[in-house]
Amino acid sequence: MDPIKLSQKIRLHALRMTSKGASSHIGSVFSMADILAVLYASILKYDPKQPKWKERDRFILSKGHAGAGVYAVLAECGFFPVSKLDGHYQDGSDLSGHVSHKGIPGVEISTGSLGHGLSIGAGMALAAKLDDWAHRTFVVLSDGECDEGSIWEAVLFSSHHNLDNLTVIIDYNKIQSLASVKETLNLEPFKDKWESFGWSVKEVDGHDHVQMESVLKGLPFQKDLPNCVIAHTVKGKGVSFMENKVLWHYRTAKDEEYEAALKELEEA
Amino acid sequence: MRDAFIKVLGEIAKNDPRVLLITGDLGFKVFDEYSQNYPRQFLNAGVAEQNMMGLATGLALEGRVVFVYSIANFPILRCLEQVRNDACYHQANVKIVSIGGGFSYGALGISHHATEDLSIMRALPEISVIAPGDLWETEEATKTLIEIPGTCYLRLDKSNAGYTNTKSEKFEFGKARCLKEGTDATLVSTGGILNEVLMAYELLCKEGIYCRVLSVPTLKPLDSESLLRAANETNAVLTIEEHSIEGGLGGAVAENFLEYGILPKKFQRIGLRAGFSSIVGSQTYLRKAYGLDAQAIAANVIRLLNSDQPTMSPNSIPAK
Repeated sequence: MDPIKLSQKIRLHALRMTSKGASSHIGSVFSMADILAVLYASILKYDPKQPKWKERDRFILSKGHAGAGVYAVLAECGFFPVSKLDGHYQDGSDLSGHVSHKGIPGVEISTGSLGHGLSIGAGMALAAKLDDWAHRTFVVLSDGECDEGSIWEAVLFSSHHNLDNLTVIIDYNKIQSLASVKETLNLEPFKDKWESFGWSVKEVDGHDHVQMESVLKGLPFQKDLPNCVIAHTVKGKGVSFMENKVLWHYRTAKDEEYEAALKELEEA
Repeated sequence: MRDAFIKVLGEIAKNDPRVLLITGDLGFKVFDEYSQNYPRQFLNAGVAEQNMMGLATGLALEGRVVFVYSIANFPILRCLEQVRNDACYHQANVKIVSIGGGFSYGALGISHHATEDLSIMRALPEISVIAPGDLWETEEATKTLIEIPGTCYLRLDKSNAGYTNTKSEKFEFGKARCLKEGTDATLVSTGGILNEVLMAYELLCKEGIYCRVLSVPTLKPLDSESLLRAANETNAVLTIEEHSIEGGLGGAVAENFLEYGILPKKFQRIGLRAGFSSIVGSQTYLRKAYGLDAQAIAANVIRLLNSDQPTMSPNSIPAK
């Protein structure tokens, strides 16, 4: 599967889904669309015919508000029909605005309240270590999510237990709900924080597929250390008028905005 | 109860490698034997309850039966959202074990008074809520936890009623246990306060009042049948819990009666009505202070039976 095409499809599906349902967080989906595409096209081990295959890599979207992106990538990878995406955010649908696992093959964990996914991922990674299983666990965090104290509890725990089979990818788009990360709760020096907690950290351009693939193929970065990839991204990436705008955390593209966004994505 | 729990857990862990005990850095000396015998089935997650609960969920979803241990409110209220969203919603095999129900740690102050835990945990979907009253119920409930799939809350108490079982008795999950027969009133209790209830029963016998005593080790699921029978067959029903009267045992029993349209002739909830306890003391002292000791329970029964209308215990009226 071509990650470039996959990322384009993720963005197109997510735009249609969020516009149809008038849901939020399109900017948050767009910033991590390339991360998802690289993971599902080139990195993760999975079998859509056996979503619970024991040897699969575990993927957790901890920033559950970008769930539309996960539903889109799973549909494109064959976990369920693409037509199911039409139900997103609709009455009676199981495709909730924040990612849910119930009735959705391929979704490992339901999230939505920030700061939960990494601890669960650490538990899965620890289970694999205890039982000598080779699969790996990947957790995508948002930057704003790193305001949560529970993240740092899990960060401490994971390095203490040498979980080098655990990889965090931070979608560092530098914009939160109401303002920039810097204005809200500054995370810098971000890399230093993770390193000082005992993680092996690499920084990437979160929209450069080749770079991300090359870095993620080098896992684990260092024996016994959990892995952190800080992916520098652009919120709203892929639609010019959404890029780097706080507005598109919550705003839904309607009418002319929707048509303009669709055109940009289709022509990309 | 704590020692009974850990002893049984050790026996189970010996034959069941799925068992993993995680403590939130509490239980000094309690786990020495267990952790020496089963080092791969023991983990201290540190003072980080939110992470501990998420971690437990992840481990449980990978096939382990995870017992998460801490005291009082720490393994539930500090990480309530992790209990709800992570453990319960994913139907994870996470067994939350809290030592310190009610005023077990009475002298330590309100942070350590677990007096709303039952109602809060009972409100969560997809969880079983268990509060043993004696050592036998503790041992049997611990064994049962392994067999019941999904998330459970086990509330252990410092006080207990010893062993109240008969030799041939079988523990039935979700069933109340009838420990004494009588028709003047039914005393329904959950948790370690069962010892006060049994003493109250004796005091009442001396007054010629013969009560049925129901111990309810599983608050959720609740044994409706035994409760409805008590309403029909005895002259009054009183619930007794070392817990707020809001939403715990008394609340659950009252809801049950109303929904089935079977009302006891008289009904009273005995529990905490006075809000937070800013005074401290031993469990025995605080029970007496809040009208939860055997004498106060017995006096309540007599007062209720002699009244025309159900009345609130004067001992329990909130202080102004």
